[in-house]
Amino acid sequence: MEEFLTDRLKTQEYFLNMGPQHPATHGVLMLLLKLDGEIIQNVELDLGYIHRSIEKMCERDTYKQIIHLTDRLDYLSSHMNNEAVCLLVEDALNIEVADRIKVIRTMMSELSRISSHVLWWGVMGMDIGALTTFMYGFREREMINDIFEETCGARLTMNYNVIGGVRYDLHENFAKRVKDFITHFRKKLPEYDKLLSNNIIFQKRLEGIGYISKEDAVAYGLNGPTARGSGVSCDVRKIHPYSAYDRVEFEEILFPEGDSYARYRVRIREMWESLSILEQLVDKIPEGEHRVKTKAVIKLPEGDFLQRVESARGDFGVYVKSDGQKFPYRLKFRSPGFANLTALNKMAKGLKIADLVAILSTIDIVVPDIDR
Amino acid sequence: MSYFSDIINGTKSLLIGMRITGKYFFVNFLTRKDVITEQYPDNLETLNMFDRYRGEVTMYHNENNEHRCDACTLCEKACPNGSIEIISDKELNPETGKNVRYIVKHIYHLEMCTMCGLCIEACPQDAIQWGQNFHHVQYDRGKLTKVLNKPGSKIMIKTKEKK
Amino acid sequence: MILNIFTDIHNLLLGLMSAKAVHITELVLIGVAYLGIFAVLGLFLVWLERRVAGFFQLRLGPNRVGPSGLFQTIADALKLVSKELTGTVKADKQLYKIAPYFVITTALMAMALIPFSQEIQAFDINIGVFFLISVSSIGVLGIFLAGWSSNNKYSLIGGMRTGIQMISYELSVGMAVVTMVVLAGTLQISEIVELQKSGWFIFTGHIPAIIAFMIFMIAGTAESNRVPFDLVEAESELGAGFHTEYSGMRFAYYFLAEFVNMFIIASIAVVLFFGGWLSPFGITDAIPFAGLFWFTVKVIAVIFIFMWFRWTFPRFRIDQLLTLEWKYLLPINMVNIVLMALMVWLGLTF
Ligand code: SF4
Ligand code: SF4
Repeated sequence: MEEFLTDRLKTQEYFLNMGPQHPATHGVLMLLLKLDGEIIQNVELDLGYIHRSIEKMCERDTYKQIIHLTDRLDYLSSHMNNEAVCLLVEDALNIEVADRIKVIRTMMSELSRISSHVLWWGVMGMDIGALTTFMYGFREREMINDIFEETCGARLTMNYNVIGGVRYDLHENFAKRVKDFITHFRKKLPEYDKLLSNNIIFQKRLEGIGYISKEDAVAYGLNGPTARGSGVSCDVRKIHPYSAYDRVEFEEILFPEGDSYARYRVRIREMWESLSILEQLVDKIPEGEHRVKTKAVIKLPEGDFLQRVESARGDFGVYVKSDGQKFPYRLKFRSPGFANLTALNKMAKGLKIADLVAILSTIDIVVPDIDR
Repeated sequence: MSYFSDIINGTKSLLIGMRITGKYFFVNFLTRKDVITEQYPDNLETLNMFDRYRGEVTMYHNENNEHRCDACTLCEKACPNGSIEIISDKELNPETGKNVRYIVKHIYHLEMCTMCGLCIEACPQDAIQWGQNFHHVQYDRGKLTKVLNKPGSKIMIKTKEKK
Repeated sequence: MILNIFTDIHNLLLGLMSAKAVHITELVLIGVAYLGIFAVLGLFLVWLERRVAGFFQLRLGPNRVGPSGLFQTIADALKLVSKELTGTVKADKQLYKIAPYFVITTALMAMALIPFSQEIQAFDINIGVFFLISVSSIGVLGIFLAGWSSNNKYSLIGGMRTGIQMISYELSVGMAVVTMVVLAGTLQISEIVELQKSGWFIFTGHIPAIIAFMIFMIAGTAESNRVPFDLVEAESELGAGFHTEYSGMRFAYYFLAEFVNMFIIASIAVVLFFGGWLSPFGITDAIPFAGLFWFTVKVIAVIFIFMWFRWTFPRFRIDQLLTLEWKYLLPINMVNIVLMALMVWLGLTF
């Protein structure tokens, strides 16, 4: 029978261009799929559709000007990206920032993380086919965006950090709005679980899909929630505490399963942790200056500098090689999404197209972060 | 038996999900209370942006059509995107007898601006500031290039109306 | 009871031409009327879906054109009519063009059997239910052909998925219907409805009828390609699935047919389980055309449940779809038929 089938029924592998315009690729990512029916034989990534050569642009910009470019990398964690550059320059120049600034930065980072995760949750549901989650996610995101807009002046590309502090002082409504948000979100987060996490179809779609072992996760350099879903401890906030992370208590969420559902749960739990960080800080924002005076022209001393922060997608790093000028000699961003995406082939091989979409969602990519 | 408990638990989880969406449906159907969207072009009048909202760079003019810009070009230099062009000229000040630089056109390319705010920070005179307008749609790209100093405006005498 | 208007028209036409010509004219008239119903129904349901979706998603939905945005879909239809009909170069042209008509023709044929009220049913044959099911499965061919002829891999995958899905779920729909036919003892739709005068089948058939209804709802959702069974379109995976390459009116045919199919499935459910055009407890039996009202209300209620599904659930994967059908629905269905037969035999139905 086998022979008969292979003789008479010739099957053929074929290629499918998924993207660059495709609803599931979250932007302009292109995947070249080699398929056998619906089963994925190979995934090849084709990047470069949104390459803006931001790293090169940074080499012609002063350190102050670089900050606003980092908004345009991973736009969902723009605050953390800003912070990374600022921390790097402050470290290099030994600028001591006040406690107030540190706390403000930490709170903004956590708000960004929640807003990014909330958006991810909505889109995740949409990729799996539950269209309503998108709007529910946006409801919460809108509240955070309002907080950002009131204090920072923008909703997405906030550009709030400056070298030596933050651009504006906290708005007087800030604490109240954050508290409102915390109470609101504490009520809504369980709804997320009821609507999606516990849904039998959703669980069956994710469980055991896109497995990557702890060893492989380390080998591929996965980071952030994606790696923590495989049980790799990699939270920069814990390993190299920066800003006010050394004075708050939070848990690094680890799930050892390594499948899509584990990665999903890591992010849901992280939202709870971020909420608790916010709660710990919101009543204890120290008084003081929001900004330290810095020189008009900032020149880094000669040498190499590296700063890592935990962005919403993982370990975001900035590396600067300086030759003592006011421009960096070479600047490199280590983007979390790029490393995570490399494991896609490993995760998706042998699964179906629908699974690929689910895996792509749980990796939580932002394409401008991958293609800089 | 896991076969039957699977069915029962699965159905239960689906019903719980339906209860949540159903709740929102009926609340919105009856009262529109949970509707979170803005009715955009309709509420243009009532839509107020926050004070700090960075919509566009504007130049402050007082009621006598005077601004504070003295054409120092610091904003032009601070801009990472080259969105600002300063065209200035010199003119003899009869009182002091010195040549004084004054601004002819402060050109602002909104289409290239990333709202980074560096120009506004750089300006020593606080001549430019954020405007809260977000309604920038135009059919012609050229219309996004604006001249910030109003026609016929003059520089205001210093010490007056310093922020 | 044929109402007066219909007899009036009939007599009027008889006065004008021969009996044979009258017959043909009437057929044409009915056909045109049904085309009208088809279009209006489709547009209305699209509007309803979008409005309902809006409320589910904390939005308002269409609310600009006309009262409550009621004319929005008409505006959309006008837009679609005015659009260019595009196609791929290497498409199988004949099949590509003919495919949408398969879908709407079969939907129209199925509509002929639907008893909008006691008076309004174009085609009442003694194998009604059977005919409905068989006709509605031909519509699948249209989707399949569209997927095949478009010369687009996304369409092809969508088309293949349809085949798999339909073969499986046709079975469940059929068997759920058969369960009810066992109770009714007839296939003729008007008779099935008449029989429910003493009580809707969902009550008289109690446990097996409720199980059959649940299975019918699940399988019916799959039949009409809606979430959680919308693998055929699966916009996050396949772009638009089988109709990726269709534009303008050809796309609109698919779109309308999808909604009309949903209406047909809902109507079957109403006829089989909720007494068709019968009013609850016969309260409005005396009023002419009240059946139309009750039928519409019931169908919209069932359609609302479909919409509720759609705006709550995530999508299945193709193998899970098959697991659900062959491992869960089918065995339960079989047991259920036997149960129903026993009930009827032992006279345990009310
Ligand atoms: S806001 Fe930034 S980009 Fe815009 S004009 Fe000012 S400096 Fe240039
Ligand atoms: S706006 Fe300010 S910085 Fe720019 S030229 Fe005028 S005074 Fe100088």
